[in-house]
Amino acid sequence: MTALEVARPARSETKAARSERLRLLVRSPTVIIGGVIVLFWVFCAAFPGLVTPHDPIFDNQFPTSLKPTWAYPFGTDTNGRDIFSRVLAGSRNVLLIAPAATLLGTVLGTILGLVTGYFRGIVDDVLGRVIDAVLSLPLIITAILIVTAVGKTGTWVVIMIIGLIFSPLVSRTVRAAVLTETELDYVQAARLRGERAPYIMFSEILPNVMSPVVVEFTVRLGYAIFTVASLTFIGFGVADPSPDWAAQINKYYGFIDPYWWMTLFPALAIATLVVAVNLVADGIREVYER
Amino acid sequence: MTRFLLKRLGLALVTLFLLSVIVFSVSSVLPGNVGRAVLGPFAAQESVDALNAQLGANRSLFTQYTDWAGGLLHGDLGTSLTKQVPAWDLLRPALSHSFELALVAFLICVPLSILGGIVAGLRYGRPTDKAITIAGLSFAAMPEFVSGIFLILLFAIWLHWLPTSAQWEDGANRLTQVKYLILPGMTLTLVLFGYIARITRAGMIEALDSDYARTAYLKGLRPSVVIRKHVLRNALLPTIAVVAVQVGYLVGGLVVVEVLFNYQGIGSLIYEAARQKDLPLLTAGVLVIGIVYLVVTLIADILYAFLNPRIRLGGIE
Amino acid sequence: MSEHIPLALEVSDLEMVYRVRGVDRPVLRGVSFSIERGRSYGLVGESGCGKSTAALAIVRYLPRNGRIAGGTVSVAGQDVLGFSARGLREYHALTVSMVYQNPGSALNPGMRVGAQLAEAFTILGVSRGEARDRARAALERVQIADPASVMGRYPHQLSGGMQQRVVIAMALAKDPTLLILDEPTTGLDATVEADVLDLVATLQSELHTAVLFISHNLGVISKMCDRVGVLYAGRLVEEGPVDTVLQDPRHPYTVGLLRCIPRGGVRKDHGRLDTIPGFLPSLGSRLEGCVFADRCALADDRCRCEEPPVTQAGAGHIARCFHQDLAPTLPREEAAELAVPAVNREQTPLIQLEDLGKVFVQSGHEVHALAGVSAAIWPGETLGLVGESGSGKTTLARTLLGIVAPTSGSVELEGRKLAPRFQKRAHADLRALQIVFQNPDSALNRRHSVSRILLRALKKLAGVTGADAEKHAAQLADRVRLSERTLTQKPVQLSGGLKQRVAIARAFAGDPKLVVCDEPTSALDVSVQAAILNLLVELQAERGVSYLFISHDLGVVRYISDRIAVLYLGRLMELGPSETVFDGPHHPYTEALLSAVPTIDGGGRRRIKLGGDIPSAASPPSGCVFHTRCPRALGAVCEETEPPLVEIAPGRLMRCHIPLDELRRLQAKEPESVSA
Repeated sequence: MTALEVARPARSETKAARSERLRLLVRSPTVIIGGVIVLFWVFCAAFPGLVTPHDPIFDNQFPTSLKPTWAYPFGTDTNGRDIFSRVLAGSRNVLLIAPAATLLGTVLGTILGLVTGYFRGIVDDVLGRVIDAVLSLPLIITAILIVTAVGKTGTWVVIMIIGLIFSPLVSRTVRAAVLTETELDYVQAARLRGERAPYIMFSEILPNVMSPVVVEFTVRLGYAIFTVASLTFIGFGVADPSPDWAAQINKYYGFIDPYWWMTLFPALAIATLVVAVNLVADGIREVYER
Repeated sequence: MTRFLLKRLGLALVTLFLLSVIVFSVSSVLPGNVGRAVLGPFAAQESVDALNAQLGANRSLFTQYTDWAGGLLHGDLGTSLTKQVPAWDLLRPALSHSFELALVAFLICVPLSILGGIVAGLRYGRPTDKAITIAGLSFAAMPEFVSGIFLILLFAIWLHWLPTSAQWEDGANRLTQVKYLILPGMTLTLVLFGYIARITRAGMIEALDSDYARTAYLKGLRPSVVIRKHVLRNALLPTIAVVAVQVGYLVGGLVVVEVLFNYQGIGSLIYEAARQKDLPLLTAGVLVIGIVYLVVTLIADILYAFLNPRIRLGGIE
Repeated sequence: MSEHIPLALEVSDLEMVYRVRGVDRPVLRGVSFSIERGRSYGLVGESGCGKSTAALAIVRYLPRNGRIAGGTVSVAGQDVLGFSARGLREYHALTVSMVYQNPGSALNPGMRVGAQLAEAFTILGVSRGEARDRARAALERVQIADPASVMGRYPHQLSGGMQQRVVIAMALAKDPTLLILDEPTTGLDATVEADVLDLVATLQSELHTAVLFISHNLGVISKMCDRVGVLYAGRLVEEGPVDTVLQDPRHPYTVGLLRCIPRGGVRKDHGRLDTIPGFLPSLGSRLEGCVFADRCALADDRCRCEEPPVTQAGAGHIARCFHQDLAPTLPREEAAELAVPAVNREQTPLIQLEDLGKVFVQSGHEVHALAGVSAAIWPGETLGLVGESGSGKTTLARTLLGIVAPTSGSVELEGRKLAPRFQKRAHADLRALQIVFQNPDSALNRRHSVSRILLRALKKLAGVTGADAEKHAAQLADRVRLSERTLTQKPVQLSGGLKQRVAIARAFAGDPKLVVCDEPTSALDVSVQAAILNLLVELQAERGVSYLFISHDLGVVRYISDRIAVLYLGRLMELGPSETVFDGPHHPYTEALLSAVPTIDGGGRRRIKLGGDIPSAASPPSGCVFHTRCPRALGAVCEETEPPLVEIAPGRLMRCHIPLDELRRLQAKEPESVSA
């Protein structure tokens, strides 16, 4: 097809821009450090069997509540499990839910942002107010309300809830970018040659607002991990036998004195993951917004 | 300005109305059967029906909403299922507790993070800036329960400077109370620091780079005077809006922080209500939090409008 | 002779670099010039040649990545580059001032005008009270009426012209030895620009300040300066007394620049405009030999490898060119002469605007953007549209295209009434009316390649798809002189002129009958402007398209238009054949507009001053809307009765109470004032 032949060189332009961005990204030490940590946890989530020295779930494999030693670097918990193994195995849940929820939220939010930003007028006014109303509640409160009202929780419920709550947040950013784009003359030119709204939104405007969309995705990803962990911590997510970090903390933070190691190491694990994701996100934002 | 304020107030009222509709529909429509959702799958059908009748859940949704909203307008937020007392009687003391905690957090956080943002902006691109930015980013990224645990371990368990929880004994004096509130306050601060500092820094960089800063500098003013008289005011203006929004997030963080530090505020009340499936209390608590947020942002908008001559005085026409 | 009195400014061998991606890129290459006390010096050149960089180096306010790599700058005998922090502050406080483009951003938005202005005095060690008094006096000096009330206002409450006066007042507070004006009137309306320039000239002679005037506009430089330096790619290529340089240029670049500008009443049927082929070398590229060699028709091998030295061309007139004797005979661009077909006004007009009116509601007020505008455009002709900002030019164009619906009246295409909004118009009508926007960066989707842009336009406007489409796209590109290679590129990889060609190609994809050109060249440098104007005229000659051409540049409008319409506050003040509108007798408003334009050709001109700013369209004056500013107003009749638009000669309409003969007599009294 001819259109494809013509499109090919254009794609290589995009590739050039992309490789330029990549070059800038890998020049930043914080991005590299963040990236390595994220990849490490992704690897652990994908192949838990390869990294854990002991089984993370079965009870009473070892003496209970041992302080960290050479044999058990992070100690053991009250159920006689090796905390080191549990920490290494604990990224799986959050690394499944958070990206899925963020993706859902970003896709929905982008569509919502395009529609409200392009049509403005009554659609924008009504949706804008609804979004305002939703956003006047802190994320975690909305999540608690929905989880309680629905009466059950689980991977899919949490993905749906976080995705739905993220979409208005994403849509705000995208809407602002779309508003700026709509002011530009190429949109007017498209209208004047009789283009329809869906074409203008998705083929003309969307490619120009991809930068904020990518940035939103990475920034939201960090916040999704934050939220999933917080929900799990207060007991609205997976619970004990699961080696999930927040679930471990939920179980043991009451015994922080004197069993500090049962809480500290999972907390450190969460800290490394969220900080790493945010370092990468920040690097991406800087490269895209320059 | 009056026009702007009236418009802003009108919008806030519309948002409030929509908020009540949303909260109502989530709590009444989503479960399908409220009684069943509350009592669980093993409860007898009779008790489910009885509960539905007590909650009025067997009437039309519209009537339910108008009754509920009518009650709200008269200050009736509903009755707690588990405690069988008016929700407001539980919410009021919790709210004032949370307000104390939020105040401590606010007083630690806002000056610190604005200062951090200003310093980072002034040292743009230098190591100081990098350190502040990365620290802010890292703190902001960490969930409250994680940074809270680090703070507890450091200050309470290893250093023994501060108590591990926020539960003081009855009759403790103000000073002791504040001592108990420092750790939870710091936890909330850590999360907000990054956001506020980032916006302040961005505002500083933009204002420092502006034409009017150049004009001031080329007048021969000392750099410190240029910053004080010309840069700061314009740089801090956008920060106000952000601080307001962040106060909203602070309220959200209260749930986790209050659970972690075992503090009897609105956050732990909502948490308890959710755990016990006390939907009327939960709904009332959520609504109150939404109202607090709307009021705070409204105040911030008014402050912003007042400080910004473009809005206060309007344009040429 | 003035050995002991140091020059106001002396720049010698100034080298400046910008560090981009770790590499130093030269932006100023050994620039030397000086200004005597009390004299004015103009620095001209196209965008990117280093004009503003030179100014920033002189005040030592460099961008983060900028660095002075060599040379010296001295102001009033002080070595600017050697100042300590304290010395620099005193230098800023006492000796040098700078005014730049866009006064709106130069003033602190959060501070009252009075306080900002007073600051310029307190820095001199004056008490607060006295500083306020002096600030008030300074506002009076820049001819601001009611200074007391202006002192209490914020910058956003002032018009652009007022803001720039405030900035000038601030700059003159210290009675500087050197005042730098960097494009101070760019972006202001011609009448406001003329007022500001007059003010600067008056103040300069009063204060005996040396002025460095930076502008891309040769007319402005010619009006304001004693001497002029021409900057190209960071190198000063020619310098001398203004009249000499403009009348007898000796560097091929200056020659080319002057030839590009449509002036002296040239029109499209007189022939093509000259252009300067090629592009400015990219920032900081390494240049062996003459910086202009690549674009110069006179360049030989020596020019390409050896830097020409500064050579004397006359008294105080120098040029950096091996061939300065040949420069005036620079060969003209070869091109077939254009045969612009005559317009037949017997037939039905292509477009008939019938009594168009448009009322916007803005924060509760009704704003009459257009009031009863009737005009026709015939096939193959160009109707030029002129007027200050707020006159309704853009609204008229948008109404014609159907982007905004008129409140009253209608648009007819070939005798058929068009739907008010384009969404309701037939497909054939959409393709008949197209537009070329002012800013090609905004007009082209920066994520689409040129070929994608053209293919889509062909599909929607001409219904061409498939294999045919590519052939058509190539033809279309060829028609606007775009090379094949351009097709695969994205707008960001193209220069401003090439982007505008893409935009033009897109507008012509469906063989339009009328193209609205909304300031299509005002974002471009003059050499590029000439090429675009040539292209538009060629397309008109080939395809018989009509243009509605909006521009604030009267020289450009005169060049391209067959007829001209003058708008003021949404009303048609004058409409007629281009020649007669320019030759007069004119409507008093047209007369004022024409006299406001600074021209290169010089000559004694009397400027018709207009009082004050344009009134708000929300509350237009009674009677003749122009009477509040009209220098020839008759009195009561003008204030009370709106004059009708009368046909004073065949095809010539005017809205004025003064009879034509009286206007002719009045305007003939003064020396022939207009030759844009």
